[in-house]
Amino acid sequence: MTDLPASKVDLKTVLSTPARADHSEGMSYLQSVPRRIVTLYLPLTIIVVVLLFPFYWMALTSVKPDEQLLDLDKYNPFWTWNPTFKHFHKLLFESYYPHWLWNTMYVAVCATVLSIIASVLAAYAIVRLRYKGANLVGGLIFLAYLVPPSILFIPLATVVFQYGLFDSPMALILTYPTILIPFSTWLLMGYFKTIPFELEECALIDGASRWQILIKIVLPLAIPGLISAFIFCFTLCWNEFIYALTFLQSTSNKTVPVAIVNEFVDGDIYRWGSLMAGALAGSLPLVILYAFFVEHYVSAMTGAVKE
Amino acid sequence: MADVVIASQAKPQFREASAWDQLKHNRNWLGFWFMLPAMAFLIFFLAYPLGLGIWLSFTDTRIGRVGQFIGTENYEWLWDDAIFWLSVFNTLLYTFVASALKFAIGLYLALLLNENMPFKAMLRAMVLIPFIVPTVLSALAFWWIFDSQFSIISWSLKHLGLISQNINFLGDTTWARICVIFANIWRGVPFVAITLLAGLQTVSPSLYEAATLDGATRWQNFRYITYPLLTPIIAVVMTFSVLFTFTDFQLIWAMTRGGPVNATHLMATLSYQRAIIAGQLGEGAAISSAMIPFLLAAIMVSWFGLQRRKWQQGENND
Repeated sequence: MTDLPASKVDLKTVLSTPARADHSEGMSYLQSVPRRIVTLYLPLTIIVVVLLFPFYWMALTSVKPDEQLLDLDKYNPFWTWNPTFKHFHKLLFESYYPHWLWNTMYVAVCATVLSIIASVLAAYAIVRLRYKGANLVGGLIFLAYLVPPSILFIPLATVVFQYGLFDSPMALILTYPTILIPFSTWLLMGYFKTIPFELEECALIDGASRWQILIKIVLPLAIPGLISAFIFCFTLCWNEFIYALTFLQSTSNKTVPVAIVNEFVDGDIYRWGSLMAGALAGSLPLVILYAFFVEHYVSAMTGAVKE
Repeated sequence: MADVVIASQAKPQFREASAWDQLKHNRNWLGFWFMLPAMAFLIFFLAYPLGLGIWLSFTDTRIGRVGQFIGTENYEWLWDDAIFWLSVFNTLLYTFVASALKFAIGLYLALLLNENMPFKAMLRAMVLIPFIVPTVLSALAFWWIFDSQFSIISWSLKHLGLISQNINFLGDTTWARICVIFANIWRGVPFVAITLLAGLQTVSPSLYEAATLDGATRWQNFRYITYPLLTPIIAVVMTFSVLFTFTDFQLIWAMTRGGPVNATHLMATLSYQRAIIAGQLGEGAAISSAMIPFLLAAIMVSWFGLQRRKWQQGENND
């Protein structure tokens, strides 16, 4: 009778300790709490604060009234008690900012869609059709990824000029895929390799063409990869600077990064508020997108590197 | 009779494949059709400009004027150009210091994030934000943080009593170099950390447990387990990091435009200035073509580093 409760408790503790916790804790029990604070939490906090401070500063500057921005003695610069949306108002209603935002979005979406279509076809052909020389082409595409835009922009400028694309969004829509296709092809090749080819063999026996297989079998299974490629390409387009700086001239055609650097940097001593508001508004769409698809970002980044 | 029926029915199925069938079903032709869009983009807007760039560097092309072939005159001109050599020095310094620190801090951060702690997922997500935000926009934030009069860093240091006057961050040559390198590290660390973290997560914890039982210290755990297993991914990540740092343009352009007195001019910014702003396309193309040997060297080093380590992983070439 007496040993029954004891055994009960024993059983309970065993059951209530999840196996998962036991595994994930790993060997951290070997470290004492103070030691963990010094070796883990302290450096981590410092790094994270340094990484995020510029964004805090950007956001704070964009809502500070002008007089507080430049008077560091009277007001504490790290906080403001009377935020203003004046800078955003100026941005949205007294400048081309909505135009620029629209241009950036338009170019990014078009270039991304074009690149994804081309990359899906190319990646499928390299991984599954295995035509003669497929491996060589795969290697060449990887090499293309290593060619940086800053050695291409001068000759591309002459090409763009010859084709009559100068100062039009088409110039960017057609040149951005050279950055995006190599990356997304490699990413998608990795995804396509994980799809069992037995599925395709079945479809082939049932008389499906390669095109039908790609559309009806491979693509639905590769949707996570497609999302990763899409988001990452979109981010790269939004971030691109040197082509947009070189190929676009008129103020209303510019993309956000170029426009902010060129149009907002004037002699005005009070420019900082609207400059930071512009930078913040230009980053927010990407940060929001990122917040929803963190996992896809990480898999896109690591996927392309692992191959 | 029956034989004849079978033969007449079977015959059309074994007809010769027409040229059209060849194009539709032959593996190689199919591959060609599938590759066509990607190849068209890469040939017209990447391979052709790459060749054209090298050709332009041997001409005296200017904006709005077709150039003549002038041999290696552009390169000879650059050879005697002190600003060009300064930009080469700056680029090498920038690449070397920033990449080394990015690697060190990134690896450290990856090791920290690999530990078990509360809010792990959220921390990882936050760490990656500098990588997501467009470089130019965060560079503008740094421009404001490093402002000569209203810098928050100068303000804080003054109130801590460490300095008596504002630091002229972007106006002084040494400080300007430190600032752009810092901004580059800030932007690059998340990429290095998150990719290395993905590599760290594939290392089996039982290896550490076994080593600890055998009396290995934390440093030995890192040196003899983590580091060797991570080497392949380190090689790839650092290749990318070096490549993108070496050809960096936007960060510099947004923060200093190469100033003060060319102290932060990289080869990419110098080629933009010469080619687009001054209009000397040929000379600019020569500067950017001069980057190619450096890039090839960087790729080679990491490639052979990767090959040498592959047998340790026990995987065949994939």
